[in-house]
Amino acid sequence: MASPSPKSPEQSEKNKQYDRQLRLWGDHGQAALESGHICLINATALGTEVLKSIVLPGVGSITIVDDNIVSDEDVGCNFFLECSSKGLNRGSEALRLILELNPAVQGHAVQEPPDQILEQNPDFFKSFSVVIATVLSEKTIQELAQHLWDINVPFILCRSVGFLGSFRIQIKEHTIIETHPDNEQPDLRLDVPFQALSDYLNSFNIDDMDLKDHGHIPWIVILYKAVQKWQINNPNSWPMSRKEKNEIKNLIQEFIRKDENGIPINEENFEEAIRAVNTSLVPTFLPVKIQEFLYSSAATNLTKESPSFWIMCSALRSFVEAEGKGKLPVRGVLPDMTASTEHYVTLQNIYRTQAAMDAEIVYRKVQEIVSQLHCDTISENEVKLFCRHAHDLYLLKGSNIVTEYQLGTPVASYIARHLEEPDVMMVHYIMLRAAEMFRSEHCRAPGDWEPEADITKLKSCVSKLLSDISCSPFPKDDHIHEMCRYGGAEIHTVSAFLGGCVAHEAIKLVTKQYKPVNNTFIYDGASTNTATFTF
Amino acid sequence: MASGEIQTSDYQQRRWQNIRKLLERSGPFCHPDFEPSAEILDFIMNSCKVLVVGAGGLGCELLKDLALMGFKKIHIVDMDTIELSNLNRQFLFRKNDIGSSKAKCAVEFVNKRIPGCEAVAHHCAIQDLDDGFYRQFHIVVCGLDSIVARRWLNGMLMSLLQYNDDRSLDQSSVIPLVDGGTEGFKGNARVILPGMSACIECTLDLYPPQKTFPLCTIANTPRLPEHCIEYVKVLQWAKENPWGETTQLDGDDPQHVAWVLEKAQERALKHGIANVTYRLTQGVLKNIIPAVASTNAAIAAACATEVFKLASSCCINMNNYMVLNMADGVYSYTFPAERRLDCVACSNTTRVMEIEADATLQMIYDKLCEDQAFLMKSPGITTVINGRNKTLYMSSIKSIEERTRDNLKKKITELGLYNGCDILVADITTPNTITIKLKFAENLDVDMAR
Ligand SMILES: [Zn+2]
Repeated sequence: MASPSPKSPEQSEKNKQYDRQLRLWGDHGQAALESGHICLINATALGTEVLKSIVLPGVGSITIVDDNIVSDEDVGCNFFLECSSKGLNRGSEALRLILELNPAVQGHAVQEPPDQILEQNPDFFKSFSVVIATVLSEKTIQELAQHLWDINVPFILCRSVGFLGSFRIQIKEHTIIETHPDNEQPDLRLDVPFQALSDYLNSFNIDDMDLKDHGHIPWIVILYKAVQKWQINNPNSWPMSRKEKNEIKNLIQEFIRKDENGIPINEENFEEAIRAVNTSLVPTFLPVKIQEFLYSSAATNLTKESPSFWIMCSALRSFVEAEGKGKLPVRGVLPDMTASTEHYVTLQNIYRTQAAMDAEIVYRKVQEIVSQLHCDTISENEVKLFCRHAHDLYLLKGSNIVTEYQLGTPVASYIARHLEEPDVMMVHYIMLRAAEMFRSEHCRAPGDWEPEADITKLKSCVSKLLSDISCSPFPKDDHIHEMCRYGGAEIHTVSAFLGGCVAHEAIKLVTKQYKPVNNTFIYDGASTNTATFTF
Repeated sequence: MASGEIQTSDYQQRRWQNIRKLLERSGPFCHPDFEPSAEILDFIMNSCKVLVVGAGGLGCELLKDLALMGFKKIHIVDMDTIELSNLNRQFLFRKNDIGSSKAKCAVEFVNKRIPGCEAVAHHCAIQDLDDGFYRQFHIVVCGLDSIVARRWLNGMLMSLLQYNDDRSLDQSSVIPLVDGGTEGFKGNARVILPGMSACIECTLDLYPPQKTFPLCTIANTPRLPEHCIEYVKVLQWAKENPWGETTQLDGDDPQHVAWVLEKAQERALKHGIANVTYRLTQGVLKNIIPAVASTNAAIAAACATEVFKLASSCCINMNNYMVLNMADGVYSYTFPAERRLDCVACSNTTRVMEIEADATLQMIYDKLCEDQAFLMKSPGITTVINGRNKTLYMSSIKSIEERTRDNLKKKITELGLYNGCDILVADITTPNTITIKLKFAENLDVDMAR
């Protein structure tokens, strides 16, 4: 028989290859990733593991800065070096083997030490979306961090020693429209229904419907009707307390039809309505954190250089103050619920239409601002996306890594507080810092040759750090001993774990989706523990 | 030549320098039984046999991770071949490899990249390998996306357990299982010591219930684009058989997906439902789980670290289940999942099923499928009456299904079952037949009052 030949669009090669991740960040997230340019300083095992998970999903390009020569130890723990790489430049070798992973990615290797680039060609770093570095000296860390802070390029500093690892994200300001929360609070407006919604809700008469229709009323309608009935005895109020919500549940219970024996019939939609009472009767309001964005100086003092996020915030503020009557634009998303096709689709369209109308108003305001400022245009789709997620906008205000090295009051007392708790993960942070200090003083890792011999020396580094933050010395030397045991060893699986995490965070920064770590992550592979600190 | 040998051994010493620091030095946080020595690395390299189950997103990472932690005697089993959609994370494969065996391709790559690695590929289903095969390994690490396959493997390792005369566990029969899984930006890693800590069957409730759509919704009151796609998949395909009666719907055939998409869009249009897309259609047809390189890398690395700890005893293993969520920051939580003392897989006891005396066989069947303790897929039920095997119900073989179908409606007492008798249950979720003892509840009222 002749095969049917549907003429529906076939997927492109690229869509097929990236299918599993496009389901997580969408085509627009992929486009952002493909225009990203990641710089890695030092192609250690940790460095190449990071690049692996950025190159596979198809970042635009990578640049490796590394002036080291490949050693036997490098080959032993780094998958992107081979035996024949020994004696060659580590960055070029790693680049060659990493680019094999994805021909769509461009790559460059720079065989210069990073401090030399900083000194002679600081503009080199300007073009990167994110700079990621491992195994830097204390001095270079501070100089690089300060420079990247000044030119506003995100920086991720990572470490992997023995079973311990860490990464620290430095970013001045990071705004996210799509945070992808696990549980999105529905935006139903039952307390303040817009005209089309209240017309629709009022068109129902639950008591008059035949049994089949009765079982297909969307729970939103049921909830609304129950509240209306409740308001007869509670005029001008809204059910807030547990007691009041229980009264609503009882009213819903009374709506349920009974069989000839007076036993309630099992109606799924009414069960859903009762379950929704606790979560869906939250009054519509402007979330405090969103209000803060709208009235922050970034949104009120716009310039030609203002990022689109803040221009849209400004337009949104104007919407909230005027057309929105103090509320954000309707999100336009209806949760799934038992209902007839007709009821569900009608209700969904009511919300969608209102959302489109609200977004349209915001878009017009954005256009006005853009033409006043003579700045780059913002697409209608971008504004729609912004309005759709207006309830979950997110702003991360970061801090400079240099403050961790200066150990001024806020950082020092933050660390001290965690050490006193006592939080062993903060002890690990101190140990990583102390090992770094040891390296600066002795030009090698603590315990590199003989673990016992370095314990005293490392202990003095720890003491220095602890006295800088006005903390008493550690009661025991066990963590110092353990760090000396590691002897600066890079353990592949520890680096691979961190590499996955760092790549993941870099992708979040480039795609501007999902919330990144704010701002320091510590991993202890020995105890399988992780922690996040905000310096 | 002697000098050459010395050179090689020097080179080996330097090459494994990083790991040797962990294995040849003692530390304050080591496992109490740990005694640092050069022999541990020798054991890892030359004796310790590790089986990696699955050569997909986790499997590729695991193979690389283990090889770089010194393991040489690695076996990897996977029945799948490479597809284009694997390449965004399964980093041992290239476009040229599409269509080849995942296990073979992965092994070839790693053995070439890491000299001395002697990984062996098995391009077959895990069910094709017998207990003799599984018994040869010191540690099994599993990176599967199928819960059924994971349960089967778990059952296999549990079935290898031996018990001493005093019913205590024979420790030498224990093969530790390290298990990892990911879904999008979330994942988990766990360590299972068969017979000693919680196994997969002990913790079935940790798996989210499968998302299914009721047939009446699909047929009569569709609301979501998924409902329209399910309608075409479940009802319309079988009715129209667009490629003839013998052709099953194949989610990997773009022609089939396009046909379903077109029909689903027609249905959606009729009902005013929006957003039936190619991507969604394929997602529903193949039950696609989103996946990304980074999450797989992190979970596989966590698993490989645990394998290294098991092989070297250099520190204590995680206790025993870690969840990792990378969607909002990076967050992990490790907790001790608890054993079920009456676990069908890992306890040395017979499971008891409580059932009313006037129940039908269907009720037992439903209980086996729905009860959190069993969650079976298509259990075949037999019993022994007067020393003879009797098949009560079996759906896997068509002729037997037809012959035994009527039994489902019969009362269990009519079928010869009695209070305290054993039924034997076989299912795809386990390699072994499970014995379940029936216990009749006194009557319904007593049960409800409880
Ligand atoms: Zn168990």
